[in-house]
Order: sequence, then structure tokens, then C-alpha cells
Amino acid sequence: MPGPARVLVAKPGLDGHDRGAKLVARALRDAGFEVIYTGIRQRPEAIASVALQEGVQIVGLSILSGAHLALTRKTADALRAVGADDVLLVVGGTVPQRDVARLKAAGAAAVYPTGTPLEVLLDSMRALSETDHLHS
Amino acid sequence: MDDGVHSEAGIPLAVSYGPADLPPTESLPPPGEFPFTRGNFRDGYRGRVWTIRQYSGFGTPEESNKRYRYLLAQGGTGLSVALDLPTQCGYDSDHHDVEEEVGRVGVALDTLADAEILFDAIPLDAISTSFTINGTAAILLAFYVAVGEKQGVERAKLRGTIQNDILKEYVSRGTWIWPPRPSLRLIADTIEFCAEEVPRFNAISVAGAHFRDAGANAAQEMAFTLMDGITYCDEVMARGRMTIDEFAPQVSFFFYTHGDFFEEIAKYRAGRRRWARIVRERYGAKDDRSCMFRVGCVAGGASLYAPQAQNNVVRVAYEALASVLGGVQSMFTAAWDEPFALPSEDSATLALRTQQVLAYETGVARVADPLGGSYYVEALTNEMEARVVEIMDDLERRGGMVQAVEEGYLQRLISEEAFRVQQAITSGERAIVGVNRFETDDDPPEVEGYEMDEQGRIRQLERLAEVKRSRSSSEVRATLTALGAAAARDDDNLMPRLVDCAKAYCTVGEMVDVLKGKWGEFQQPAVF
Repeated sequence: MPGPARVLVAKPGLDGHDRGAKLVARALRDAGFEVIYTGIRQRPEAIASVALQEGVQIVGLSILSGAHLALTRKTADALRAVGADDVLLVVGGTVPQRDVARLKAAGAAAVYPTGTPLEVLLDSMRALSETDHLHS
Repeated sequence: MDDGVHSEAGIPLAVSYGPADLPPTESLPPPGEFPFTRGNFRDGYRGRVWTIRQYSGFGTPEESNKRYRYLLAQGGTGLSVALDLPTQCGYDSDHHDVEEEVGRVGVALDTLADAEILFDAIPLDAISTSFTINGTAAILLAFYVAVGEKQGVERAKLRGTIQNDILKEYVSRGTWIWPPRPSLRLIADTIEFCAEEVPRFNAISVAGAHFRDAGANAAQEMAFTLMDGITYCDEVMARGRMTIDEFAPQVSFFFYTHGDFFEEIAKYRAGRRRWARIVRERYGAKDDRSCMFRVGCVAGGASLYAPQAQNNVVRVAYEALASVLGGVQSMFTAAWDEPFALPSEDSATLALRTQQVLAYETGVARVADPLGGSYYVEALTNEMEARVVEIMDDLERRGGMVQAVEEGYLQRLISEEAFRVQQAITSGERAIVGVNRFETDDDPPEVEGYEMDEQGRIRQLERLAEVKRSRSSSEVRATLTALGAAAARDDDNLMPRLVDCAKAYCTVGEMVDVLKGKWGEFQQPAVF
């Protein structure tokens, strides 16, 4: 029996708006996930290394500054660089519709633009964590 | 009595209000008289409407300069400069960790050369400029003073505001650099410098706006902001070099106006009254101008929603009306597409027009404090003030704002409230049209937005390299060394040193690093 899925909620880059990140962290915890929150202004390399140390299955990036494409690519690269290729990456924040496909191409397993209902996000995260269990 | 109907901040509301809810007549003097509940000015907006100040800035200084000139040509009456995150956090555009952030949420300013371009052909003696800048506020003030000098505008004629409110950055906005204590010292330096040298420039805009957007309710927003205001004034007063009347007229405030119409009006009226009393009673102000609570505000932010996004135009218009009935001095109305991207020129223009229709068509600006004496508004103002005082007392008991911030107490209060609101929206208890009522499954709109082009970033890097090549390296060394030496002493005002650094074309990052070397960096508590 696997334990509860472990999630790292992370704020890469310099954007300090973390109302959404904290709300999502709390909702995930209430939904039975084990949640770690990095705080704001984290470098992608630091996020990858925490993800590895904490053995998380999913890393959730929250980005409201518009720098989501570059920061998602950098975090995906950083995860690969530390050998955490199996960690799923999801992205939320101020993401225009036209960037959803681009984020997926950059390595995001799911994207939750501003306005995504919490229930939709939680269902998607549950589904992702279950898929992940099948792999391992 | 309490049948479960509350304002958004949780104030129980009666079915209707009557004469018994009015305060005694003598405690409600006319607009323009202490304690300014009914407004700062006898004439209200007659003769002079509020400053229409649209927050704007992106990409390179050239692009932003063009947008500013456009906004002024369209009838904007002040500038509000958005800086990119590297500038706000003290990194130069060529810093390896920040490349994707350059010019993105605001304009990139690395040196005085960028500031000269940003204000090119904009007469600094004729317009006022507000900078949303905190960690590096003192440096941006130095740039502004230096650009003024280049334009031949004396310091006494410069008008504007730096936000310069670091305490709320630790809690909710995140562009901190140094720890609280030395940051407070630098803020007190800017307040003294402005009082002495730049008398028409507000050295600080104490901002509740970001508490609000992070989740605080209206009463918390006002209470936290007044507590921050007290913390900054205490800091200057403790130096014993100035009386309250010498600097308080240059302290201003900044808030979000969200959707609960009457509560927002009451918030501004209650805040004005409370601050006036604090300044007189706590600091012994003799000049009534010191007691005035000068307020700028934003209509928009977290009160806007992505589904049925064009509804945001309507939300912003109501919020703008509430702000004006509350008596604010300046306002930014957000664009409807803000939940998706930086506003396009079209959506930014519509947001500007929203204020112009309000100012010039609706007639609300004709009479000062038109709601004064309304049973409900006066009762709600009193109730709001009582809540604000209660929250302030709690924070005082806990040792004041710096301690509440360092311990993460404030952060927790805000997260709790944000979570409560989210639950109320999820459950439908709080109605949001298009989100939990009258929903449709429309696709999100195709938003044009603004796309920073790679060429812009390259141009910014090239200019920075060019400035570094052409400036005098001995002057750079000398001014930075003098800055570091002054920072090591507590009694030396850093502002003249920063102006020297600016004029020597030192970069923002160079100045910040010198001070980091003396003061260290802030370590955040990560609570949710």
C-alpha cells in the first residue's frame, strides 16, 4: 500500500504572489496529500534538489509573473539533471490559454490557469498521483 | 439581531438603519476638518478630480516611455511606474538567475541611463510619478532626483511617491532584500531626505493593498496598514531629529478597493478618522495637514475573475465608484484581462475611460462626501473603525508589526482569511457571477496581452554593457565605497550617497550588493 502522495508546491523566479500557492497547498493537504511548500523566490535547481530529497511524486509550480514558459523549462531541466525524471511537473498561475500547449510541450503533465476550480485541480492531481503509483 | 447577514469582513448588518445609528453631530465635522472622516478637503473633488494614475510599464525604457506619453496624451494626469522584478529585488538585467524576468511585469531599470530614457520628453516639474518600488525604493528615488537634475528641474518641484513600504513585502508581496531593521533605517533616511530636499514628493506610500490581495479582509487591510504607518513614524521619531509635522505630510497610503460597495466606502472614512487621531494623539501633531490620510487605490486585483472575464469591466467600475465615494486622492483602474496577462493597449484604455466617465459624466465629483450623514454609511464607518482598532490592539499586544512579521503571525492571519474566502466561494456562500452563479462553459477569451520580445531584452543587456564600458570606474568605486562606509554608521543618511552612486551610473545591483554586504539578506518563514 503506497502512502499518501507527496507534493512539492514551489514558487520559482522572483514573483512573490503566493495566495494561490498557499491555497492550493492547503487544499491538497486537506485532500490527503503530503504537502511541502518552498516559500517564494526559489531557483529551479533548489526546487529540484528539494523534490529529490523529499521524494515527492509531483512538483507544482505557481507562477504569476508571465515567466512560466522559461521557468517551467528550467525546472524540468533541473529535475532531469538531478535524476528525478519520474517526478511529474504541474503548473498553475496567470497562464494565457495559448501557453497551455506550450507548457505541456515544455514538460508539464497538467496546467491549471487562473480560474481553475479547486475541485478540478484536486481531481486532476489525484489522477496524476494514481497514474504515478502504477509506474512505481 | 444577527440574522446571519454580514459584510465581507464579517460585520453583522441590520435590515435598515436610522437616526439612532448616527454619531453625534459634533463628531462629524464638515469635509476638510479634523478628523477628516468626511474627506481631506472642503471642496472634495470640485475643481480638481482625483488623480487618474494607470499602473503601467513593461519591457525596455523606450517602450514604457512611449506608453507613458500615450497615456498622458489620452488625459492621464500622473504616471505610475511598474518596474520589473529584477529591478524590484535588486538584480541587474545581466544577472544569470533572472533572465526570464527582465522587462516582464514592468520596465527594467539598471542605471540612471535607463531612467533618463524612461522620462525622456516627460516634464518632471509638471506631472507626478508614483513608483511601485519597495526594496530598492531609495535607489529609484535617487534616479528620479538625478533625472530631474538632468532635465533642469529642481528637487523642490518634483512630485510623486515611492511605495517604499517594506513591511508588507515580507508578508505578502515578496520583493524584500535586507532584513527588517536595516530596511527600516533606509526608509527613515528617505523620509528625512524628502522632508528636507524634496518637499512635494511622498517618501512612502504605506500599502495595505497587498495584504488585501493576499487575502486579508477590509478591516484587516486597514488595521495592518495603520500599524505599518505607526512603525515607520516611530522609526523617524525615535531618531529625534524631526517633529511629526516636518515629515507626516509626506506619508501617504495605498489600498485595494474590492467588491463590497458600502464596506469599502466605510473603510476609507474610518481609516481617515483613525489615522488623524493617531497622528495627533500619539505624536502630538500640531498641523492638521500632518493628520491627513492621503490615499491612492486600485480597483481590481484579486477581486477580478477569469471566467466571463469581461464582467471585470463592471466590477472595476463599481469599485471605482466606491473609491470615489470613499474620498481617495488617486486611483488606478485595472484592465479586465488582468487575470490572464499584462493588459493590451485596448483594455488599458477602456480602464482609463472607466474613470473618466465616472469623473466627468456621472456627477459624483460635484459635491464633497455625498454619503455623509447616511445612517448606514455612518454606522458602518463606526463599526469598521471599531474592528480596525481591535485588530491593531491585538498586534500591539503581540509586540508590534516587526515581530508579527518575523514570527509569521501576520502571514498566518492572511492565509486563514484567504482560505475562508475560498471556501465561501467554493460553497457558493459568496456569490461570484460567472464563477459560482450564472456559469457558462465559454472558452477563455483570446487575450492579446503583451509579449516581451527577445530583442528588447538583448537591447537592455547591450545598453547595460555600454554604460559599464563608458562610465568612470574610479567614480563608481569611490561612490560605492562611500555608500558602504555610510551604511556601516547608523547616523549617516544614505540618500545623498545613493544620489552620488546614481550619478556615477552605478547599477541597481551594485548598490544593493554593497548594502547586502553590510546588512545581510532576509530569511523568509514559509507558512501556509
